[in-house]
Amino acid sequence: MIKSNIKLLVLSFLLIISFRPLHSAEMVDPIKVDWSFKGLTGTFDRASLQRGFQVYKEVCASCHSMQYLSYRNLGEPGGPEFSEQEVKAIAASFEIEDGPDSQGEMFTRPGKPSDKFKSPYPNVQAATAANGGAYPPDMSVLVKARKGGANYIYSVLVGYEDPPPGVTLDDGVYYNKYMAGNKIKMPNNLMDGLVEYADGTESTVEQMAKDVTTFLAWAAEPELEERHKTGVKVIIYLVLLTILVYLSMKKIWSRVDSEM
Amino acid sequence: MSEHEYIPKSKAGKWFNDRLPLLTLGAHLTDYPTPKNLNYWWTFGGILTFCLITQIVTGIVLAMHYVAHADLAFASVEHIMRDVNYGWLIRYIHSNGASMFFLAVYIHIFRSLFYGSYKSPREVIWIIGLMIYLLMMAAAFMGYVLPWGQMSFWGATVITNLFSAIPLVGDSITTWLWGAYSVDNPTLNRFFSLHYLIPFLILGLVVLHIWALHVPGNNNPVGIDIKKPSKDTVPFHPYITIKDAFALLVFMIIFAGFVFFTPNVLGHSDNYIPANPLVTPAHIVPEWYLLPFYAILRSVPDKLGGVILMFSAIFILFVLPWLDTSKVRSAVFRPIYRQFFWILVIDVLMLGYVGAMPAEGIYLVLARVGTIYYFLHFIVVMPVVGYLEKTDPIPMSISEPVLNGGAEPSLARKVNDKV
Repeated sequence: MIKSNIKLLVLSFLLIISFRPLHSAEMVDPIKVDWSFKGLTGTFDRASLQRGFQVYKEVCASCHSMQYLSYRNLGEPGGPEFSEQEVKAIAASFEIEDGPDSQGEMFTRPGKPSDKFKSPYPNVQAATAANGGAYPPDMSVLVKARKGGANYIYSVLVGYEDPPPGVTLDDGVYYNKYMAGNKIKMPNNLMDGLVEYADGTESTVEQMAKDVTTFLAWAAEPELEERHKTGVKVIIYLVLLTILVYLSMKKIWSRVDSEM
Repeated sequence: MSEHEYIPKSKAGKWFNDRLPLLTLGAHLTDYPTPKNLNYWWTFGGILTFCLITQIVTGIVLAMHYVAHADLAFASVEHIMRDVNYGWLIRYIHSNGASMFFLAVYIHIFRSLFYGSYKSPREVIWIIGLMIYLLMMAAAFMGYVLPWGQMSFWGATVITNLFSAIPLVGDSITTWLWGAYSVDNPTLNRFFSLHYLIPFLILGLVVLHIWALHVPGNNNPVGIDIKKPSKDTVPFHPYITIKDAFALLVFMIIFAGFVFFTPNVLGHSDNYIPANPLVTPAHIVPEWYLLPFYAILRSVPDKLGGVILMFSAIFILFVLPWLDTSKVRSAVFRPIYRQFFWILVIDVLMLGYVGAMPAEGIYLVLARVGTIYYFLHFIVVMPVVGYLEKTDPIPMSISEPVLNGGAEPSLARKVNDKV
């Protein structure tokens, strides 16, 4: 009887935790996308990463910084894997401030692969002031910094809608189905055909959102592919070793168990 | 303590051992008679030692690349993740290692509660263990502050603010802890210093913990005193070492699963947003291993009351050996206490769950019920049940059947099956 009491307790505990907390009623669960980088052996779609970089460069980069990435990262294994020439060309297309030189003067020069991504604004305050009082967050680790990760970022990018009746929005505020509180200061920047993909892929809003989110997921976790590959090897090694140690243990303990 | 005198075989060994008996110590650790019926719940001592060493080794490497400055800390962590060779691996081992450490320590503590390992003559082992646990919580809390993300900053603000509840001197103490008028660069600096110090204090206490263990010897699932060495014991090496190694490897597989496949699932996504004193996160939650205490803290409407209750929840464990009135150690032979033990486990899990939820509505009610039960368990249930309970017959030794029965060998069998 006491046993069943405990079962009852466990059941009621499970029941309690199964009630999901109800946040604001308008919050919608993000769209579930079948990302190629999900799962134990997930890898990035190389072409999607390269297209995503293009969307970032042509659309996002005018407001969002990615200060923890270097241009050289674009050519590293597990990333977009641009060729060495392409990386050099990408870096050189940016004017980077350097110095001071021997005269004590700051100067600009073409970017090198070792440079960090150039930020659109000199500091957070300038970025905030130029964007109607809302700081466009640095996107280096954005996918890790949002609950829901890549699914959430993708959902917000495609989640712009006209506000439902009764909701009034201030100037420079937009309605987004997936954003917490539904109000977002970033305008809907994606429209069909906005960028011209080099590989001929049709640039629909969904395609661009998917590509740029893939790019951001890589930017946040550039080690993901190596992590997955190493992880599989480590687990296999540990399992084999565990079996060997288990068999040794049985052998050693058989001396004691036979006495019992 | 091994009774026989160890004499090194080599001349050099003897010369050295006469001056510093390290070889005698080694021989003692190898021969150390251990109950042969220890189950896998006993392997967590070794696992915890592994966790501590892992944290120290990865932590030392991380400290070579980390910068403890409010303007640079977040960037230096990203530098570790992106530019340091295998920096991501070292950092993910360290951050998930903290969670694995706590997982293991909670199992270790509840094992002790179930089998009565805290009781005479092992009170000092228990108390040293609790001191280790307290230091672990301090180290983990300060470590979580170091990346200087939003949860780091606001977690530090909430926890340090607790001290301001102390009457009269509370505000002065809080300012003194901060080294500033809010959580700021001086706070980060001293937390880094202390975060580096505490693991070595823990290491020292671990040595004392094991030393204190080796005086009475291990408790065991049957909970009876045994003669050492005897038919009931096996030498620590190779019997316990191989068993610990096996359990450790299983533990490492789970550990590796977190590190390589879901390295951020135990953390909070807000901690990848750089600390911003002007923006408060919607919900400030500590790491999962501190949640039950967070629930107790928030279950009291009064700040000082909450702080007192939270600290009491930990410090009450220090007097546990004297609150438990039962002469029988192992819950295997305590039919009533055994039920309450599982209720306590569920209670703590529930407190952990509501600690992660907003303190309102049903969660607040559950937190209060859970808190009341937590204290009742130690203050009322343990003394009263220990006094009134009719315990099951206890075996004379591990190898032999129960006390009142060569006639009842089946009972002894059952006992062995359970443990």
